[in-house]
Amino acid sequence: MSLYGALWRVLPGPTAVRLLLAALLVAGVVAVCFTWVFPAVAPSVPWNSSTVDGTAGG
Amino acid sequence: MAAPTTTAPPTSPTSPTPPPARPGRRAGRALAAATSVLGELLLTAGALLLLFVAWQLWWTDVVADREQAVVTTALQEGWAAAPATTVPPATDPAAASAPPPALAAPAEGEAFAVVHVPRFGAGWQPRPVVEGTSADDLEAGVGHYPGTALPGEVGNAAFAGHRNTYGRPFHEIAELEPGDPVVVETAEGWFVYRATTAEVVRPRDVDVVAPVPGDPTAVPTERLLTLTACHPVGSARERYVQHAALDRFVPRAAGVPPELAGTAGAAPTAPTSPGAAA
Repeated sequence: MSLYGALWRVLPGPTAVRLLLAALLVAGVVAVCFTWVFPAVAPSVPWNSSTVDGTAGG
Repeated sequence: MAAPTTTAPPTSPTSPTPPPARPGRRAGRALAAATSVLGELLLTAGALLLLFVAWQLWWTDVVADREQAVVTTALQEGWAAAPATTVPPATDPAAASAPPPALAAPAEGEAFAVVHVPRFGAGWQPRPVVEGTSADDLEAGVGHYPGTALPGEVGNAAFAGHRNTYGRPFHEIAELEPGDPVVVETAEGWFVYRATTAEVVRPRDVDVVAPVPGDPTAVPTERLLTLTACHPVGSARERYVQHAALDRFVPRAAGVPPELAGTAGAAPTAPTSPGAAA
């Protein structure tokens, strides 16, 4: 019993098709993270500030 | 589950021992499954954190480089196509002593200039200067501190830029040496500043962008430029501050200033700008 094992069993088709679908799922997760999640989180991390007003996170 | 197809049932009378072992085994299996799922979740979290680091350190550069190059090119092509009218086309060397033209105040978020720093190397692309220093502004280019002088004005024009991530326009800021040109290109031409002093300050030391750096109450007489970036690289603990003073103004009609020869900044303008002698 494992999450990824269960995911693998849910995917249909032969191994080649499952590999392709799994790769698409991973690509989708990466795309969602890059497009929405990470830009939303980035202002909260402390290593980007470059202004002297002490407020702008850039 | 597979019992109907096997021969196990007929021989079962001699095997009543498995049932007592089941509860323990079941608990063990449940524990193993929970541990397995927990392990997978932790591995997933680790992979996502690594992915975030890759996004921050690599992808933001890719996106910002591409978007800023588009803005820079659009600005330069617009300026080349519609030469400024406030400067007479035939400019004699004596005009160099005349005060540089005043810029119209840009709106927040508007890209109104392009900054060239030859010291940063041929691989460094000229960056758009955007009004404002919000996080969005600094992703769009180098941010001009609102309320500070505009390029060429008496006072202190202050720019902030990322030292890391989002195209990291000021990554090499600490390599600037006294006398190095920092050229701010606008519709009118090129403001050639020369680097003077550098300092490392605390993030709240706003005096470095005062009209007279370090003396907020003084009345400015010089035309200065100040660049700020985070310091040390990858940290926000301090700020690296580079000051510069205006050397001269080069009108667009006079062509690309020699300071920009051989840099990536001269390339886009040379074929289209009138009078470019490069």
